[in-house]
Amino acid sequence: MPNSALSILIIDENRIRASIIESGLREAGHERVTVIHDVNEVARTIQASAPDVIVIDLENPQRDTLEHFFSLSRAIQRPIAMFVDRSDGAMIEKAVEAGVSAYVVDGLKKERVKPILDMAISRFNAFSRLTRELEQARSELEDRKIIDQAKGILMKTRGLSEADAYSLLRSTAMNQNRRLVDIAQSLVTAASLLGP
Amino acid sequence: MSTTQLTAGFLPLLDSVLLVLAREKGFAEEEGLDLALFRETSWANIRDRAALGHFDIAQMLAPMPLAASLGLTPLAMPMIAPVVLGLGNNAITVSDALWQAMAGQGAPGNLDPALTGAALAKVVKASPRKLRFGVVHQTSSHNYELRYWLSASGIMPDRDIEIVVLPPPLLPDALGSGGIDGYCVGEPWNSIGVDTKGGHIATVKALIWQSSPDKVLGMRATWAEEHPDLVAAIIRAVYRAGLWCADPANHDEAAAIMAGTPYLNSSPEIVGRALTGMLDIGAGVLQQVPDYYVPHASAANFPWKSHAMWYYAQMVRWGEVAASPGNADIAVACFRPDLYRAALAPLGAALPLDDFKTDGTHAQPYDTPAENGPLLMGADRFFDGGVFDPAALDDYIASQSIVR
Repeated sequence: MPNSALSILIIDENRIRASIIESGLREAGHERVTVIHDVNEVARTIQASAPDVIVIDLENPQRDTLEHFFSLSRAIQRPIAMFVDRSDGAMIEKAVEAGVSAYVVDGLKKERVKPILDMAISRFNAFSRLTRELEQARSELEDRKIIDQAKGILMKTRGLSEADAYSLLRSTAMNQNRRLVDIAQSLVTAASLLGP
Repeated sequence: MSTTQLTAGFLPLLDSVLLVLAREKGFAEEEGLDLALFRETSWANIRDRAALGHFDIAQMLAPMPLAASLGLTPLAMPMIAPVVLGLGNNAITVSDALWQAMAGQGAPGNLDPALTGAALAKVVKASPRKLRFGVVHQTSSHNYELRYWLSASGIMPDRDIEIVVLPPPLLPDALGSGGIDGYCVGEPWNSIGVDTKGGHIATVKALIWQSSPDKVLGMRATWAEEHPDLVAAIIRAVYRAGLWCADPANHDEAAAIMAGTPYLNSSPEIVGRALTGMLDIGAGVLQQVPDYYVPHASAANFPWKSHAMWYYAQMVRWGEVAASPGNADIAVACFRPDLYRAALAPLGAALPLDDFKTDGTHAQPYDTPAENGPLLMGADRFFDGGVFDPAALDDYIASQSIVR
Protein backbone atom coordinates (compact mmCIF):
# COMPACT_ATOMS: atom_id res chain seq x y z
CA MET A 1 0.00 0.00 0.00
CA PRO A 2 1.59 3.26 -1.12
CA ASN A 3 0.45 5.29 1.90
CA SER A 4 2.59 3.33 4.30
CA ALA A 5 5.68 4.37 2.38
CA LEU A 6 5.30 8.08 3.12
CA SER A 7 7.35 9.41 6.00
CA ILE A 8 5.47 12.04 8.00
CA LEU A 9 6.92 14.41 10.62
CA ILE A 10 4.61 16.18 13.09
CA ILE A 11 5.98 19.23 14.93
CA ASP A 12 3.63 20.42 17.66
CA GLU A 13 4.41 21.90 21.05
CA ASN A 14 1.02 20.64 22.22
CA ARG A 15 1.68 17.00 23.07
CA ILE A 16 -1.95 15.97 23.31
CA ARG A 17 -2.83 17.39 19.91
CA ALA A 18 0.28 15.87 18.39
CA SER A 19 -0.66 12.43 19.65
CA ILE A 20 -4.24 12.82 18.37
CA ILE A 21 -2.91 13.50 14.89
CA GLU A 22 -0.37 10.75 15.16
CA SER A 23 -2.97 8.17 16.10
CA GLY A 24 -5.21 9.33 13.25
CA LEU A 25 -2.42 8.86 10.75
CA ARG A 26 -1.56 5.46 12.14
CA GLU A 27 -5.21 4.39 11.96
CA ALA A 28 -5.16 5.44 8.31
CA GLY A 29 -2.30 3.04 7.73
CA HIS A 30 0.70 5.33 7.93
CA GLU A 31 3.47 3.59 9.75
CA ARG A 32 6.31 6.04 9.37
CA VAL A 33 5.11 8.86 11.62
CA THR A 34 7.56 10.83 13.78
CA VAL A 35 6.51 13.39 16.39
CA ILE A 36 8.70 16.11 17.88
CA HIS A 37 7.74 18.94 20.21
CA ASP A 38 10.77 21.16 19.76
CA VAL A 39 11.96 22.59 16.45
CA ASN A 40 15.53 22.49 17.72
CA GLU A 41 15.43 18.75 17.25
CA VAL A 42 14.38 19.12 13.64
CA ALA A 43 17.83 18.93 12.05
CA ARG A 44 18.61 15.60 13.64
CA THR A 45 15.10 14.24 13.02
CA ILE A 46 15.06 15.18 9.35
CA GLN A 47 18.36 13.41 8.81
CA ALA A 48 17.00 10.33 10.53
CA SER A 49 13.44 10.10 9.26
CA ALA A 50 13.75 11.86 5.85
CA PRO A 51 10.14 13.11 5.95
CA ASP A 52 8.07 13.59 2.80
CA VAL A 53 5.49 15.65 4.63
CA ILE A 54 5.94 17.93 7.64
CA VAL A 55 2.92 19.11 9.64
CA ILE A 56 3.47 22.05 12.05
CA ASP A 57 1.06 24.06 14.20
CA LEU A 58 0.73 27.69 13.12
CA GLU A 59 1.11 29.01 16.64
CA ASN A 60 4.61 27.59 16.73
CA PRO A 61 6.85 30.66 16.80
CA GLN A 62 9.65 28.68 15.22
CA ARG A 63 8.19 28.40 11.73
CA ASP A 64 10.78 30.92 10.52
CA THR A 65 13.51 28.72 11.97
CA LEU A 66 12.11 25.68 10.21
CA GLU A 67 11.84 27.42 6.84
CA HIS A 68 15.36 28.77 7.12
CA PHE A 69 16.52 25.27 7.85
CA PHE A 70 14.84 24.06 4.65
CA SER A 71 16.54 26.80 2.66
CA LEU A 72 19.89 25.57 3.94
CA SER A 73 18.98 21.98 3.29
CA ARG A 74 20.64 21.75 -0.08
CA ALA A 75 22.87 19.56 2.03
CA ILE A 76 20.08 17.07 2.58
CA GLN A 77 18.83 17.36 -1.01
CA ARG A 78 15.20 17.72 -0.07
CA PRO A 79 13.64 20.86 -1.50
CA ILE A 80 10.47 21.56 0.43
CA ALA A 81 7.43 23.59 -0.57
CA MET A 82 4.64 24.82 1.63
CA PHE A 83 1.52 22.73 1.04
CA VAL A 84 1.29 20.36 -1.85
CA ASP A 85 0.03 22.68 -4.51
CA ARG A 86 0.04 26.46 -4.50
CA SER A 87 -3.03 26.52 -6.69
CA ASP A 88 -5.12 24.70 -4.10
CA GLY A 89 -6.21 27.87 -2.34
CA ALA A 90 -9.23 26.35 -0.59
CA MET A 91 -7.13 23.66 1.08
CA ILE A 92 -4.53 26.20 2.23
CA GLU A 93 -7.28 28.46 3.53
CA LYS A 94 -8.85 25.59 5.48
CA ALA A 95 -5.50 24.60 6.94
CA VAL A 96 -4.59 28.08 8.12
CA GLU A 97 -8.06 28.55 9.61
CA ALA A 98 -7.56 25.34 11.54
CA GLY A 99 -4.15 26.54 12.70
CA VAL A 100 -1.94 24.10 10.86
CA SER A 101 0.68 24.44 8.18
CA ALA A 102 2.29 21.77 6.07
CA TYR A 103 5.49 21.45 4.12
CA VAL A 104 5.78 18.87 1.42
CA VAL A 105 8.74 17.54 -0.49
CA ASP A 106 8.58 19.00 -3.97
CA GLY A 107 7.30 16.68 -6.66
CA LEU A 108 5.11 14.61 -4.39
CA LYS A 109 1.72 13.81 -5.94
CA LYS A 110 -1.22 15.75 -4.63
CA GLU A 111 -3.47 12.73 -4.26
CA ARG A 112 -0.97 11.13 -1.91
CA VAL A 113 -0.68 14.16 0.34
CA LYS A 114 -4.24 15.47 0.40
CA PRO A 115 -5.67 12.80 2.74
CA ILE A 116 -2.86 13.47 5.20
CA LEU A 117 -3.57 17.18 5.23
CA ASP A 118 -7.32 16.58 5.44
CA MET A 119 -6.68 14.39 8.45
CA ALA A 120 -4.45 16.99 10.11
CA ILE A 121 -6.98 19.76 9.47
CA SER A 122 -9.93 17.80 10.85
CA ARG A 123 -8.00 16.66 13.93
CA PHE A 124 -6.82 20.23 14.58
CA ASN A 125 -10.43 21.40 14.36
CA ALA A 126 -11.63 18.58 16.59
CA PHE A 127 -8.96 19.45 19.12
CA SER A 128 -9.97 23.13 19.31
CA ARG A 129 -13.60 22.09 19.66
CA LEU A 130 -12.63 19.76 22.48
CA THR A 131 -10.61 22.49 24.18
CA ARG A 132 -13.52 24.89 23.92
CA GLU A 133 -15.97 22.34 25.35
CA LEU A 134 -13.61 21.53 28.19
CA GLU A 135 -13.24 25.23 28.95
CA GLN A 136 -17.01 25.59 28.94
CA ALA A 137 -17.51 22.61 31.25
CA ARG A 138 -14.88 24.02 33.59
CA SER A 139 -16.53 27.41 33.77
CA GLU A 140 -19.98 25.82 34.28
CA LEU A 141 -18.57 23.95 37.24
CA GLU A 142 -17.16 27.22 38.62
CA ASP A 143 -20.56 28.90 38.15
CA ARG A 144 -22.31 26.06 39.96
CA LYS A 145 -20.00 26.48 42.98
CA ILE A 146 -20.68 30.22 43.20
CA ILE A 147 -24.44 29.73 42.95
CA ASP A 148 -24.30 27.11 45.72
CA GLN A 149 -22.38 29.53 47.93
CA ALA A 150 -24.91 32.29 47.27
CA LYS A 151 -27.79 29.93 48.06
CA GLY A 152 -26.06 29.00 51.31
CA ILE A 153 -25.76 32.65 52.31
CA LEU A 154 -29.45 33.31 51.63
CA MET A 155 -30.54 30.18 53.48
CA LYS A 156 -28.52 31.19 56.52
CA THR A 157 -29.26 34.93 56.66
CA ARG A 158 -32.89 34.89 55.45
CA GLY A 159 -33.87 31.47 56.77
CA LEU A 160 -34.98 30.33 53.30
CA SER A 161 -35.24 26.80 51.98
CA GLU A 162 -32.82 25.84 49.23
CA ALA A 163 -35.57 25.99 46.60
CA ASP A 164 -36.68 29.45 47.75
CA ALA A 165 -33.10 30.73 47.86
CA TYR A 166 -32.62 29.58 44.30
CA SER A 167 -35.84 31.13 43.04
CA LEU A 168 -34.99 34.43 44.78
CA LEU A 169 -31.64 34.49 42.97
CA ARG A 170 -33.33 33.59 39.74
CA SER A 171 -36.07 36.23 39.93
CA THR A 172 -33.53 38.91 40.90
CA ALA A 173 -31.42 38.00 37.88
CA MET A 174 -34.47 38.18 35.62
CA ASN A 175 -35.63 41.52 37.05
CA GLN A 176 -32.18 43.06 36.61
CA ASN A 177 -31.60 41.41 33.25
CA ARG A 178 -28.34 39.89 34.48
CA ARG A 179 -26.95 36.38 34.55
CA LEU A 180 -27.79 34.24 37.55
CA VAL A 181 -24.10 33.64 38.24
CA ASP A 182 -23.41 37.38 38.24
CA ILE A 183 -26.06 37.98 40.88
CA ALA A 184 -24.67 35.08 42.90
CA GLN A 185 -21.14 36.47 42.57
CA SER A 186 -22.26 39.92 43.76
CA LEU A 187 -23.92 38.36 46.77
CA VAL A 188 -20.86 36.30 47.65
CA THR A 189 -18.60 39.34 47.29
CA ALA A 190 -20.93 41.53 49.37
CA ALA A 191 -21.19 38.87 52.08
CA SER A 192 -17.43 38.55 52.32
CA LEU A 193 -17.09 42.36 52.58
CA LEU A 194 -19.70 42.50 55.34
CA GLY A 195 -17.88 39.85 57.28
CA PRO A 196 -19.10 36.69 59.01
CA MET B 1 -19.18 58.48 12.03
CA SER B 2 -19.23 55.09 10.39
CA THR B 3 -15.90 53.34 10.13
CA THR B 4 -14.52 50.62 7.89
CA GLN B 5 -12.78 47.74 9.56
CA LEU B 6 -9.17 47.24 8.60
CA THR B 7 -7.31 44.24 10.00
CA ALA B 8 -3.58 44.48 10.57
CA GLY B 9 -1.04 41.91 11.73
CA PHE B 10 1.99 42.87 13.78
CA LEU B 11 4.84 41.32 15.75
CA PRO B 12 5.76 42.43 19.29
CA LEU B 13 8.44 44.93 18.25
CA LEU B 14 8.83 48.60 19.04
CA ASP B 15 8.35 49.69 15.44
CA SER B 16 4.78 48.42 15.46
CA VAL B 17 4.33 51.63 17.48
CA LEU B 18 2.92 53.66 14.59
CA LEU B 19 0.19 51.09 13.95
CA VAL B 20 -0.55 50.88 17.67
CA LEU B 21 -0.70 54.68 18.05
CA ALA B 22 -2.84 54.96 14.92
CA ARG B 23 -5.36 52.86 16.79
CA GLU B 24 -4.87 53.97 20.41
CA LYS B 25 -4.56 57.72 19.75
CA GLY B 26 -7.45 57.80 17.31
CA PHE B 27 -5.55 58.69 14.12
CA ALA B 28 -7.07 55.71 12.31
CA GLU B 29 -10.55 56.49 13.56
CA GLU B 30 -10.26 60.08 12.35
CA GLU B 31 -9.59 58.62 8.91
CA GLY B 32 -12.75 56.51 9.14
CA LEU B 33 -10.88 53.30 9.97
CA ASP B 34 -11.67 50.78 12.67
CA LEU B 35 -8.13 49.42 12.86
CA ALA B 36 -8.08 45.93 14.40
CA LEU B 37 -4.60 44.78 15.44
CA PHE B 38 -3.58 41.12 15.69
CA ARG B 39 -0.31 40.13 17.36
CA GLU B 40 1.37 37.26 15.59
CA THR B 41 4.02 34.80 16.67
CA SER B 42 6.22 34.62 13.56
CA TRP B 43 7.04 36.49 10.38
CA ALA B 44 6.00 33.35 8.50
CA ASN B 45 2.46 33.72 9.92
CA ILE B 46 2.41 37.43 9.02
CA ARG B 47 3.42 36.53 5.47
CA ASP B 48 0.87 33.70 5.08
CA ARG B 49 -2.06 35.51 6.68
CA ALA B 50 -1.36 38.66 4.65
CA ALA B 51 -1.23 36.53 1.49
CA LEU B 52 -4.48 34.71 2.34
CA GLY B 53 -6.29 37.95 3.13
CA HIS B 54 -6.78 37.27 6.86
CA PHE B 55 -4.97 40.59 7.28
CA ASP B 56 -5.67 43.51 4.98
CA ILE B 57 -2.32 45.04 5.90
CA ALA B 58 0.61 44.04 8.10
CA GLN B 59 3.79 45.30 9.67
CA MET B 60 6.43 43.67 7.49
CA LEU B 61 10.17 43.55 7.24
CA ALA B 62 11.15 45.87 4.39
CA PRO B 63 12.41 43.00 2.19
CA MET B 64 9.25 40.88 2.68
CA PRO B 65 7.09 42.50 -0.03
CA LEU B 66 10.07 42.11 -2.37
CA ALA B 67 10.49 38.43 -1.55
CA ALA B 68 6.77 37.80 -2.10
CA SER B 69 6.72 39.70 -5.39
CA LEU B 70 9.87 37.95 -6.63
CA GLY B 71 8.30 34.55 -5.92
CA LEU B 72 10.82 33.59 -3.24
CA THR B 73 8.23 32.66 -0.60
CA PRO B 74 5.38 30.20 -0.21
CA LEU B 75 2.04 31.71 -1.35
CA ALA B 76 4.06 34.24 -3.37
CA MET B 77 2.12 37.10 -4.91
CA PRO B 78 2.76 40.77 -5.70
CA MET B 79 2.92 42.82 -2.50
CA ILE B 80 3.51 46.53 -2.08
CA ALA B 81 4.71 48.93 0.61
CA PRO B 82 3.26 52.46 0.35
CA VAL B 83 4.54 53.69 3.73
CA VAL B 84 7.56 52.97 5.95
CA LEU B 85 7.18 52.45 9.71
CA GLY B 86 10.40 54.26 10.63
CA LEU B 87 14.17 54.24 10.34
CA GLY B 88 16.64 52.32 12.52
CA ASN B 89 15.52 50.42 15.66
CA ASN B 90 17.78 47.36 15.29
CA ALA B 91 20.92 46.51 17.21
CA ILE B 92 23.39 43.66 17.46
CA THR B 93 23.62 42.16 20.94
CA VAL B 94 26.28 39.65 22.01
CA SER B 95 26.65 37.39 25.03
CA ASP B 96 28.74 38.50 27.97
CA ALA B 97 31.38 35.84 27.16
CA LEU B 98 31.71 37.01 23.55
CA TRP B 99 31.75 40.64 24.67
CA GLN B 100 34.62 40.01 27.09
CA ALA B 101 36.57 38.33 24.27
CA MET B 102 35.84 41.25 21.92
CA ALA B 103 36.83 43.80 24.56
CA GLY B 104 40.10 41.88 24.93
CA GLN B 105 40.66 42.38 21.20
CA GLY B 106 40.07 46.11 21.36
CA ALA B 107 36.29 46.58 21.06
CA PRO B 108 35.93 50.14 22.41
CA GLY B 109 32.50 49.75 24.03
CA ASN B 110 31.03 52.79 22.29
CA LEU B 111 29.01 50.98 19.57
CA ASP B 112 31.50 52.05 16.82
CA PRO B 113 30.77 49.48 14.08
CA ALA B 114 34.22 49.54 12.45
CA LEU B 115 36.31 49.06 15.61
CA THR B 116 33.81 46.63 17.15
CA GLY B 117 33.68 44.63 13.91
CA ALA B 118 37.48 44.49 13.74
CA ALA B 119 37.58 43.13 17.29
CA LEU B 120 34.94 40.52 16.45
CA ALA B 121 36.98 39.46 13.41
CA LYS B 122 39.97 38.73 15.67
CA VAL B 123 37.79 36.73 18.05
CA VAL B 124 36.26 34.76 15.17
CA LYS B 125 39.72 33.95 13.83
CA ALA B 126 40.95 32.72 17.22
CA SER B 127 37.76 30.85 18.15
CA PRO B 128 38.04 27.06 18.18
CA ARG B 129 34.35 26.78 17.25
CA LYS B 130 32.16 28.57 14.75
CA LEU B 131 30.26 31.39 16.46
CA ARG B 132 26.52 31.46 15.88
CA PHE B 133 24.37 34.58 15.40
CA GLY B 134 20.57 34.77 15.28
CA VAL B 135 18.40 36.87 12.99
CA VAL B 136 14.60 37.04 12.85
CA HIS B 137 13.80 35.88 9.33
CA GLN B 138 15.72 35.04 6.23
CA THR B 139 14.59 37.91 4.01
CA SER B 140 14.98 40.49 6.78
CA SER B 141 16.78 43.78 7.09
CA HIS B 142 18.43 42.19 10.14
CA ASN B 143 19.96 39.39 8.12
CA TYR B 144 21.27 41.79 5.50
CA GLU B 145 22.66 44.42 7.87
CA LEU B 146 24.32 41.81 10.08
CA ARG B 147 25.90 40.28 6.98
CA TYR B 148 26.90 43.73 5.69
CA TRP B 149 28.60 44.57 8.99
CA LEU B 150 30.36 41.20 9.21
CA SER B 151 31.56 41.24 5.59
CA ALA B 152 32.86 44.79 5.80
CA SER B 153 34.68 43.74 8.98
CA GLY B 154 36.43 40.90 7.17
CA ILE B 155 34.20 38.09 8.43
CA MET B 156 32.56 35.91 5.82
CA PRO B 157 29.05 34.90 6.92
CA ASP B 158 28.26 31.17 6.59
CA ARG B 159 31.96 30.32 6.17
CA ASP B 160 33.34 32.04 9.29
CA ILE B 161 30.21 32.25 11.41
CA GLU B 162 26.83 30.54 11.33
CA ILE B 163 23.60 32.53 11.00
CA VAL B 164 20.38 30.96 12.27
CA VAL B 165 16.79 32.19 12.34
CA LEU B 166 14.73 32.62 15.52
CA PRO B 167 11.66 34.77 16.22
CA PRO B 168 12.42 37.99 18.18
CA PRO B 169 10.95 36.95 21.57
CA LEU B 170 13.08 33.77 21.65
CA LEU B 171 16.43 35.47 20.97
CA PRO B 172 17.27 36.65 24.51
CA ASP B 173 16.60 33.15 25.90
CA ALA B 174 18.73 31.55 23.19
CA LEU B 175 21.54 33.96 24.10
CA GLY B 176 21.16 33.16 27.78
CA SER B 177 21.25 29.40 27.23
CA GLY B 178 24.33 29.64 25.01
CA GLY B 179 22.46 28.43 21.92
CA ILE B 180 23.64 31.55 20.11
CA ASP B 181 26.52 33.99 20.72
CA GLY B 182 24.78 37.08 19.42
CA TYR B 183 21.78 38.35 17.51
CA CYS B 184 20.45 41.18 15.41
CA VAL B 185 16.91 42.26 16.31
CA GLY B 186 14.70 45.30 16.84
CA GLU B 187 13.90 46.75 20.23
CA PRO B 188 12.91 45.91 22.93
CA TRP B 189 14.65 42.54 22.45
CA ASN B 190 18.19 43.98 22.69
CA SER B 191 17.42 45.79 25.93
CA ILE B 192 15.71 42.67 27.29
CA GLY B 193 18.85 40.65 26.41
CA VAL B 194 20.96 43.23 28.24
CA ASP B 195 18.68 43.34 31.29
CA THR B 196 17.89 39.65 31.69
CA LYS B 197 20.76 37.73 30.09
CA GLY B 198 23.79 39.94 30.73
CA GLY B 199 24.11 40.72 27.02
CA HIS B 200 25.99 43.68 25.54
CA ILE B 201 24.84 45.80 22.62
CA ALA B 202 27.83 45.69 20.26
CA THR B 203 26.59 48.09 17.61
CA VAL B 204 23.38 49.46 16.13
CA LYS B 205 21.70 49.73 12.74
CA ALA B 206 21.68 53.52 13.06
CA LEU B 207 25.51 53.43 12.85
CA ILE B 208 25.93 50.61 10.32
CA TRP B 209 23.76 52.47 7.81
CA GLN B 210 22.43 55.81 9.03
CA SER B 211 18.77 56.71 8.39
CA SER B 212 17.94 53.32 6.91
CA PRO B 213 14.45 51.82 6.70
CA ASP B 214 13.43 48.71 8.60
CA LYS B 215 9.72 47.87 8.68
CA VAL B 216 7.04 48.80 6.22
CA LEU B 217 3.30 48.50 5.97
CA GLY B 218 2.86 45.68 3.47
CA MET B 219 -0.25 44.60 1.60
CA ARG B 220 -1.36 42.63 -1.45
CA ALA B 221 -1.03 44.67 -4.62
CA THR B 222 -4.49 43.57 -5.81
CA TRP B 223 -6.10 44.55 -2.50
CA ALA B 224 -4.45 47.98 -2.65
CA GLU B 225 -5.76 48.49 -6.18
CA GLU B 226 -9.27 47.61 -5.10
CA HIS B 227 -9.19 49.82 -1.98
CA PRO B 228 -7.38 53.06 -2.87
CA ASP B 229 -9.29 55.05 -0.24
CA LEU B 230 -8.40 52.66 2.58
CA VAL B 231 -4.75 52.69 1.49
CA ALA B 232 -4.67 56.49 1.52
CA ALA B 233 -6.43 56.57 4.89
CA ILE B 234 -3.98 54.23 6.62
CA ILE B 235 -0.98 56.09 5.12
CA ARG B 236 -2.32 59.32 6.63
CA ALA B 237 -3.04 57.63 9.98
CA VAL B 238 0.49 56.19 10.14
CA TYR B 239 2.02 59.51 9.12
CA ARG B 240 0.15 61.38 11.84
CA ALA B 241 1.03 58.71 14.39
CA GLY B 242 4.68 59.25 13.44
CA LEU B 243 4.38 62.98 13.90
CA TRP B 244 2.87 62.46 17.37
CA CYS B 245 5.41 59.79 18.32
CA ALA B 246 8.34 62.01 17.31
CA ASP B 247 7.42 64.66 19.90
CA PRO B 248 9.59 64.03 23.00
CA ALA B 249 6.68 65.25 25.13
CA ASN B 250 4.77 62.14 24.05
CA HIS B 251 7.53 59.56 24.65
CA ASP B 252 6.32 58.53 28.10
CA GLU B 253 2.75 58.02 26.94
CA ALA B 254 3.88 56.14 23.81
CA ALA B 255 6.09 53.89 25.94
CA ALA B 256 3.25 53.22 28.39
CA ILE B 257 0.88 52.27 25.56
CA MET B 258 3.45 50.02 23.86
CA ALA B 259 4.34 48.32 27.15
CA GLY B 260 0.72 47.17 27.53
CA THR B 261 -0.30 43.51 27.52
CA PRO B 262 -1.75 43.41 23.99
CA TYR B 263 1.44 44.86 22.51
CA LEU B 264 4.94 44.35 23.93
CA ASN B 265 3.86 43.23 27.41
CA SER B 266 7.06 44.69 28.84
CA SER B 267 8.07 47.51 31.18
CA PRO B 268 7.58 51.11 29.99
CA GLU B 269 11.17 51.81 31.04
CA ILE B 270 12.61 49.21 28.64
CA VAL B 271 10.21 50.18 25.86
CA GLY B 272 11.11 53.85 26.32
CA ARG B 273 14.81 53.31 25.64
CA ALA B 274 14.41 52.98 21.89
CA LEU B 275 12.11 56.01 21.74
CA THR B 276 14.60 58.28 23.52
CA GLY B 277 17.72 56.61 22.11
CA MET B 278 19.18 56.36 25.62
CA LEU B 279 20.33 52.74 25.71
CA ASP B 280 21.83 50.63 28.44
CA ILE B 281 24.42 48.95 26.22
CA GLY B 282 25.47 46.46 28.90
CA ALA B 283 26.56 46.32 32.53
CA GLY B 284 24.75 49.59 33.22
CA VAL B 285 26.71 51.68 30.69
CA LEU B 286 24.29 54.27 29.29
CA GLN B 287 24.81 55.69 25.83
CA GLN B 288 22.75 58.21 23.91
CA VAL B 289 22.37 56.98 20.32
CA PRO B 290 21.27 59.76 17.97
CA ASP B 291 18.45 58.70 15.64
CA TYR B 292 18.28 55.22 17.15
CA TYR B 293 14.68 54.96 15.98
CA VAL B 294 13.23 57.67 13.74
CA PRO B 295 9.43 57.54 13.47
CA HIS B 296 8.90 60.70 11.43
CA ALA B 297 11.86 63.02 10.71
CA SER B 298 14.07 62.69 7.63
CA ALA B 299 11.14 61.51 5.49
CA ALA B 300 11.17 58.36 7.63
CA ASN B 301 7.83 57.15 6.28
CA PHE B 302 8.62 57.79 2.60
CA PRO B 303 9.15 54.54 0.62
CA TRP B 304 12.25 55.36 -1.41
CA LYS B 305 12.47 53.10 -4.44
CA SER B 306 16.25 53.20 -4.05
CA HIS B 307 15.86 51.54 -0.63
CA ALA B 308 13.89 48.68 -2.21
CA MET B 309 16.72 48.46 -4.72
CA TRP B 310 19.35 48.23 -1.95
CA TYR B 311 17.49 45.33 -0.35
CA TYR B 312 17.23 43.65 -3.75
CA ALA B 313 21.01 44.06 -4.11
CA GLN B 314 21.44 42.23 -0.79
CA MET B 315 19.17 39.38 -1.92
CA VAL B 316 21.38 39.05 -4.99
CA ARG B 317 24.52 39.27 -2.89
CA TRP B 318 23.51 36.33 -0.70
CA GLY B 319 22.30 34.17 -3.55
CA GLU B 320 18.55 34.41 -2.84
CA VAL B 321 17.63 35.80 -6.24
CA ALA B 322 19.37 36.03 -9.61
CA ALA B 323 20.50 39.47 -10.77
CA SER B 324 18.46 40.57 -13.78
CA PRO B 325 16.89 43.81 -14.97
CA GLY B 326 13.48 42.12 -14.71
CA ASN B 327 14.00 41.15 -11.08
CA ALA B 328 15.32 44.62 -10.23
CA ASP B 329 12.18 46.14 -11.76
CA ILE B 330 9.91 43.85 -9.74
CA ALA B 331 11.74 44.73 -6.52
CA VAL B 332 11.69 48.48 -7.13
CA ALA B 333 7.99 48.42 -8.06
CA CYS B 334 7.13 47.15 -4.55
CA PHE B 335 7.81 50.51 -2.91
CA ARG B 336 5.08 52.97 -3.87
CA PRO B 337 6.03 56.63 -3.26
CA ASP B 338 3.23 57.58 -5.68
CA LEU B 339 0.60 56.28 -3.23
CA TYR B 340 2.38 58.03 -0.35
CA ARG B 341 2.33 61.38 -2.15
CA ALA B 342 -1.29 61.04 -3.24
CA ALA B 343 -2.41 60.28 0.33
CA LEU B 344 -0.43 63.04 2.03
CA ALA B 345 -0.73 65.91 -0.44
CA PRO B 346 -4.02 67.04 1.18
CA LEU B 347 -2.23 67.34 4.56
CA GLY B 348 0.39 69.72 3.15
CA ALA B 349 3.13 67.29 4.19
CA ALA B 350 6.63 67.74 2.75
CA LEU B 351 6.86 65.26 -0.14
CA PRO B 352 10.21 64.36 -1.77
CA LEU B 353 10.18 65.08 -5.49
CA ASP B 354 12.39 62.13 -6.37
CA ASP B 355 11.68 58.40 -6.01
CA PHE B 356 15.36 57.47 -5.77
CA LYS B 357 18.21 58.83 -3.71
CA THR B 358 21.89 58.08 -3.25
CA ASP B 359 22.88 56.70 0.15
CA GLY B 360 26.34 56.91 1.71
CA THR B 361 27.24 60.40 0.47
CA HIS B 362 25.90 62.56 3.30
CA ALA B 363 27.88 62.70 6.53
CA GLN B 364 25.69 65.57 7.74
CA PRO B 365 21.97 66.34 7.55
CA TYR B 366 21.03 67.93 4.23
CA ASP B 367 18.02 69.38 2.41
CA THR B 368 16.29 67.37 -0.28
CA PRO B 369 13.97 69.01 -2.82
CA ALA B 370 10.35 68.47 -1.83
CA GLU B 371 6.87 69.77 -2.43
CA ASN B 372 6.03 71.94 0.61
CA GLY B 373 9.76 71.59 1.32
CA PRO B 374 12.71 71.57 1.35
CA LEU B 375 12.85 68.55 3.57
CA LEU B 376 15.69 68.04 6.04
CA MET B 377 17.17 64.55 5.68
CA GLY B 378 19.41 62.74 8.15
CA ALA B 379 23.00 61.71 7.44
CA ASP B 380 23.04 58.48 5.42
CA ARG B 381 26.56 57.06 5.67
CA PHE B 382 27.40 53.37 5.59
CA PHE B 383 29.99 52.73 8.33
CA ASP B 384 32.54 51.36 5.83
CA GLY B 385 32.28 54.40 3.56
CA GLY B 386 30.28 52.50 0.92
CA VAL B 387 28.11 54.47 -1.50
CA PHE B 388 24.87 53.18 -2.99
CA ASP B 389 24.03 54.98 -6.21
CA PRO B 390 20.78 53.58 -7.66
CA ALA B 391 21.92 54.68 -11.12
CA ALA B 392 24.87 52.30 -10.86
CA LEU B 393 23.15 49.18 -9.50
CA ASP B 394 25.17 46.68 -11.52
CA ASP B 395 28.47 48.18 -10.36
CA TYR B 396 27.26 48.03 -6.76
CA ILE B 397 26.23 44.39 -7.08
CA ALA B 398 29.59 43.56 -8.67
CA SER B 399 31.52 45.37 -5.93
CA GLN B 400 29.59 43.58 -3.18
CA SER B 401 30.45 40.12 -4.36
CA ILE B 402 34.05 40.78 -3.39
CA VAL B 403 34.65 39.89 0.25
CA ARG B 404 36.69 42.68 1.73
